[in-house]
Amino acid sequence: MTTPQRAGAGALSPAPVLTLDALGKKCPIPIIMLADRIRDVQVGQHIAVLADDPAAKTDLPAWCALKSQEFVRTDELPVRMDGVGAPHRAWSFLVRRSY
Amino acid sequence: MSVPYFDAASAEPLHPRARDALLAALDDGWADPARLHREGRRARLLLDRARESVAAELGARPDELSFTTSGTQAVHLAVLGAVQARQSAARGPGHVVTSAVEHSSVLNAADWLARRSGTEVTTTGVDRLGRADVGAFAEALRQDRTLLACLQTANHEVATIQPVADVIEACARRGVPLLVDAAASVGWLPVPAGWSLLAASARKWGGPAGVGILAVSKGVRWREPLPADDRENHRVPGFPNVPAVLAAAEALSAARGERGVSSGALRAHTDRIRAAVPELVPDSVVHGDPDQRLPHIVTFSCLYVDGEALVTELDRAGFSVSSGSACVSDTRQPSHVLAAMGVLTHGNVRVSLLGDATSQSVEEFLDVLPPIVARVRETVRATSAT
Repeated sequence: MTTPQRAGAGALSPAPVLTLDALGKKCPIPIIMLADRIRDVQVGQHIAVLADDPAAKTDLPAWCALKSQEFVRTDELPVRMDGVGAPHRAWSFLVRRSY
Repeated sequence: MSVPYFDAASAEPLHPRARDALLAALDDGWADPARLHREGRRARLLLDRARESVAAELGARPDELSFTTSGTQAVHLAVLGAVQARQSAARGPGHVVTSAVEHSSVLNAADWLARRSGTEVTTTGVDRLGRADVGAFAEALRQDRTLLACLQTANHEVATIQPVADVIEACARRGVPLLVDAAASVGWLPVPAGWSLLAASARKWGGPAGVGILAVSKGVRWREPLPADDRENHRVPGFPNVPAVLAAAEALSAARGERGVSSGALRAHTDRIRAAVPELVPDSVVHGDPDQRLPHIVTFSCLYVDGEALVTELDRAGFSVSSGSACVSDTRQPSHVLAAMGVLTHGNVRVSLLGDATSQSVEEFLDVLPPIVARVRETVRATSAT
């Protein structure tokens, strides 16, 4: 099982000026949230998206490639156990607004 | 009026010639081909003829070829039999190399070996078009440890043709046997020469479900991974389905004749879709190699829509398509092929055409698609705003 490695979005460097919580939301909702809010940060600033839909791992970087935004990094969030004892994985995706 | 069934890569109706062969064989080929009596000899003769005909189409010798109960079983037997034959005390559990975009049957068999016997599995990457990285694949091969490498001829989801000839060469240089999974391309493309093991599925060329092909090249080590009997060269236990095998052979010979003719028109249809979708649907992207590809498959993704809604709405409009999006799968995982390519997995649609697809049905599809995507986008947006 994956061990918690990071303290979550707070440990991210560079620090995001805006963090969007898309936990529990299925794709494409996390992508829609990012597309709607990326203009709320300045060019060059960072925005983080927290999501637990496995599709987000591919789709956040793919969206950035399509939209010429800079995908910086994926960080695994601390694992918590769901009701049946299975690990519930979630990630923080860091994006830099590039234009 | 023909129904615009655009999911030929999942299943296609039995070819009429195969249907006739199946019905005739139910009368002629029902007996046990292992028996020496008249009825048994008749079934044996039909089975042998089917084997010769399929072997000739695939570039195999008849005694190298066994009929299995599915393409998936053929892959499982190929992987497990080849690896287990070469495992030894000296080599240990060994090592297997596959590309990241293989059919799930290949990845599942490799994973099974990893979990059951500690076999190390290296999954090598692909580029954005889904094409296997020959350099990385070759580099992963280890002369004294790699027991088997696996590569598909073409991808079943995005149609990209793989550089099989280069990988065959790399494997030969290091003495590693290669399983070539030809399921997606048989009937469309000639099978490349030089495979060690070959797997295919009759369902994919217009034959019946329940017939797969396993070929083991002469001199390649292979050991039965299941309790064996004397059927199918000791490779596939159990009574063979002779009528279905005959239908499969008939469908393959029909496909060879017809697909050569239809592939030009199908390529024009998929070219049209590839060009039109990004123009007609804002924020959409077409996947796979634009040139080196199977003629009948085209895959694309539309931003900000979920694949399930798209498939359902297209079905309501009369178009049957499939999708690699996570919301469409039982496991809620997105297509491993799209994920390995690093392309958008949501809002995904795969169109795969039957040989007789018309430009009219393609144009109708292109008419209904943009308003459907727009409508689903509005619905998703309304739900996400809550």
